[in-house]
Amino acid sequence: MKKNDAVVQPKKIKRCKEDVIFDTILFIVLTLILIIVAYPLWWVIISSFSDPAAVSGGKVLWLPVGFTLKGYAEVFKDDSIVRSFLNSILYTVCGVLVNLAVTLPTAYALSRDKFSGKKIVTIFYVITMFFGGGLIPTYLVVRSFHLLNTMWALILPGCLSVYNMIVARTFFKSNISEELYEAAEIDGCTQGKFFFQIALPLSGAITAIMVLYYGVGHWNSYFSALIYLSDSQKFPLQLVLRRILITNEAALSQTAVTAEARAAMNAQKELIEVMKYSLIIISSVPVLVLYPFIQKHFVKGVMIGSVKG
Amino acid sequence: MKAKNKGAGTIKPKKYTFMQLLKRDWSLWMFCIPGIVLTFIFSYIPMYGVQIAFRKFNARAGIWGSEWVGMRYFVRFFESPYFGQTISNTLILSLYSLIVSFPIPIVLALMLNSFRHAKYRKVIQTVTYAPNFISTIVMCGMLILFLSPSVGIINNVIKMFGGEAVNFMAKKEYWRHLYVWSGVWQGMGWSSVIYFAALSGISPELHEAAKCDGATKFQLIRYIDLPSILPTATILLIMNCGSILSIGFEKAYALQNDLNLSVSEIISTYVYKVGLIDNNMSYSSAIGLFNTLVNMVMLIIVNTVSDKLSGNSLF
Repeated sequence: MKKNDAVVQPKKIKRCKEDVIFDTILFIVLTLILIIVAYPLWWVIISSFSDPAAVSGGKVLWLPVGFTLKGYAEVFKDDSIVRSFLNSILYTVCGVLVNLAVTLPTAYALSRDKFSGKKIVTIFYVITMFFGGGLIPTYLVVRSFHLLNTMWALILPGCLSVYNMIVARTFFKSNISEELYEAAEIDGCTQGKFFFQIALPLSGAITAIMVLYYGVGHWNSYFSALIYLSDSQKFPLQLVLRRILITNEAALSQTAVTAEARAAMNAQKELIEVMKYSLIIISSVPVLVLYPFIQKHFVKGVMIGSVKG
Repeated sequence: MKAKNKGAGTIKPKKYTFMQLLKRDWSLWMFCIPGIVLTFIFSYIPMYGVQIAFRKFNARAGIWGSEWVGMRYFVRFFESPYFGQTISNTLILSLYSLIVSFPIPIVLALMLNSFRHAKYRKVIQTVTYAPNFISTIVMCGMLILFLSPSVGIINNVIKMFGGEAVNFMAKKEYWRHLYVWSGVWQGMGWSSVIYFAALSGISPELHEAAKCDGATKFQLIRYIDLPSILPTATILLIMNCGSILSIGFEKAYALQNDLNLSVSEIISTYVYKVGLIDNNMSYSSAIGLFNTLVNMVMLIIVNTVSDKLSGNSLF
């Protein structure tokens, strides 16, 4: 990074007055944007560690108030959350493996200039970007293959994203040269062997990008699960989150008569609010942990994609 | 994959017949097979199955055995009160979000690009990308929590200044703003990446030369940066216009409740409810097909216009 800075600013040129004003405005606006984006995220984090009464009383603003892990304890008491968390991990891992197994070989084949099917296969995929059967016909197909209520309904229909495939194809095209294959071919290497033993080991970057693109997609989506799964034992995390965060079923509904009962209920209610913040954090943990890594690769993916979008 | 692949070893400079090509590229074709088979099953069969929109769906007879009814379901949709409501809700929502969330990332990228502090810029980028990786459900959940009339932070602040708590989610006049601006919050950083990439491709000599001629920073943006990201912006605009009626299901559905339904019921949520909750398969498919056709027409129109005006086009 330091090297870059040195290149960008070779020497101090005196800035004119307009530029000074411009830079100041820019600094203020960007700082405002930073605060607007960061504060809600920060607030969720501090609230998840705060005392429930302080959170609902509006006392939590900059730092956790009355540090406690009650919210997190409450999350782990709920069996459905733990189970769905494990389900989500399973679906994401299997989903990504299928995605890779389908996307990378296709992308590789389409990146070879000599491949006779290049044009027709590309058209085959591009059509699906602009035209589709829609929700019900797809649902009926999934049903007729008896995939309803299985994880394959979440994995197989979206097994190849055309956008991701194009990104991978562009990568292979510019990084795995045809000459490399020709050289290997002379030594008796077949395309299959070449792909698995030479091309893939050289393509760690694109594999990481694909894992992350598809992985985050699987982890965050709820639509397919909403349509195809009916057994609550099989629900992924996002559907359980939807029940708790959106349709608000965790809230208590019984009426309290005595003042004591009312106070207890109120405390319970506040605890549930904090539990929701903790739940948000826990559900984002896999992505949060990977974030620095993810961000670098995601950006790389956009760069590759934009070369030939 | 270890099968003997004799054809690949003997490349001769001559015209190949189709069978010879197939034989020569045998292994590459094998690479494509899994994708082709799965895409065929889950994309092309449904495309063919869309004819259910012209048949009266009968669960026992299946798609192919159901009775033909022609345009009945389309006519029913055009005549139903939901037609005007869902179409206009969808159009307003997606135009509003296009108008707001299309230019903002461009402005952000331009600002970041002319920002002097490289390290601070890195921080801003890292933070503004982050919301993109939050799931729709979590984002909507945060919105609902923040806006909650009893315990939400926004209403706590309003109460602190002596105001009345407002139940934002129940007021339909706020719904579209919430939808669009939360989308900006979530997506602006990430959408700016592609423009930022295009901007960093500009040769620094251009900037140096302009500076020597006394250009101010604002003029650099106006005359160098903006024109150079215009092609990228046009392509993205065309693609956005092509999906103007297919605005996402996930977020609209998550933010819906009975009180805001009159503005939040859009085509995709309506298709879902009619088809899978009311079990009216044919009617739902007809609405879905209509939606796809409008999108395609939009895409073609915008593409043609852009091609004529600026020479930038998708195809």
